[in-house]
Amino acid sequence: MRRDLLDALNAARAEKRRTAVVTKLDDGDQLLLIDGEIEAGGLVAPADVLDAAEAALDKDTSRTVEAGDGHLYFVQVFNPPLRLLCVGAVHIAQALAPIAAQAGYEVIVIDPRGAWASRERFPGVRVDDRWPDEALDALSPDRRTAVCALTHDPKLDDPALVRALRSPAFYVGALGSKKTHANRVERLTEAGLTAAEIERIAAPIGLDIGALSPAEIAIAVMAQITLALRGAKGR
Amino acid sequence: MTPDDDLLMKAAQWADAGKHVALATVVQTWGSSPRPVGSQLVINEDSDFEGSVSGGCIEGAVVTEALDVMQSGESKLLEFGVSDAMAWEVGLACGGEVKVFVEKLEDR
Repeated sequence: MRRDLLDALNAARAEKRRTAVVTKLDDGDQLLLIDGEIEAGGLVAPADVLDAAEAALDKDTSRTVEAGDGHLYFVQVFNPPLRLLCVGAVHIAQALAPIAAQAGYEVIVIDPRGAWASRERFPGVRVDDRWPDEALDALSPDRRTAVCALTHDPKLDDPALVRALRSPAFYVGALGSKKTHANRVERLTEAGLTAAEIERIAAPIGLDIGALSPAEIAIAVMAQITLALRGAKGR
Repeated sequence: MTPDDDLLMKAAQWADAGKHVALATVVQTWGSSPRPVGSQLVINEDSDFEGSVSGGCIEGAVVTEALDVMQSGESKLLEFGVSDAMAWEVGLACGGEVKVFVEKLEDR
């Protein structure tokens, strides 16, 4: 590996960019792929290898590819970390944060209401006490980010949902009954969101497993987020 | 992300300190290999290493090969598995097979 490639790779990882290293296994020639562009390295890879690299990034799985040219190429994936933004430092968020952390997500709980978002209620969790619109603008959800609106309060949930739905976030869920959601759809439509944008909301939130307690709802939500990330296997 | 827990930052840090460095990466696995594809080991010229490419059964052999790669500058593709002639020495106890790519980190 060339030193300039390693330095560019480390910089891209620190900036949480979508990065892959492609290595031709015969001779070790490499290229660095950042956000779809070749940024470093001397390897000229065939198009099918670059396509395979993008597919590997989508699947978040490093793999060796046998290319049409008969050579083996290794694609090493360096995706940004998974993130879960929870709007609302509510009871369900208390249950969801540790489950998501165990599943490998960086969890950020967003709530401007000081009493809710206290350290004691969320030990070891990053709590952001900005208003949700401000927080989401700053945190800028990417393709590796899931967003859950859990406050039941339109003043807090709606501005977050508007931003999440217009971001590349791979999952957007909102707590609330069907009736609550119908009202929400009306408000978001008035706010100028398209039907296709609004349809992205998982609501009522969570897979339908009959969840009742906050912990059960958290499990249903985490399962739904996992499904959105990985896709069903069709067994 | 700090050099202490990040292998590729560790590699850069060692190189900055004037050490020769090699990277070993699991590029393919079959069967029940202990570490997934993409797992890495970084090695310096003093045989210090961080990370893992197996449950510990082949790291010794990989470090030896890495020292050779640091000298020659030529990358190597190593294969380990129970079917390997070297199985008695450095085979994988789990019965899996693994291919490890070893490359030198070139000097600046």
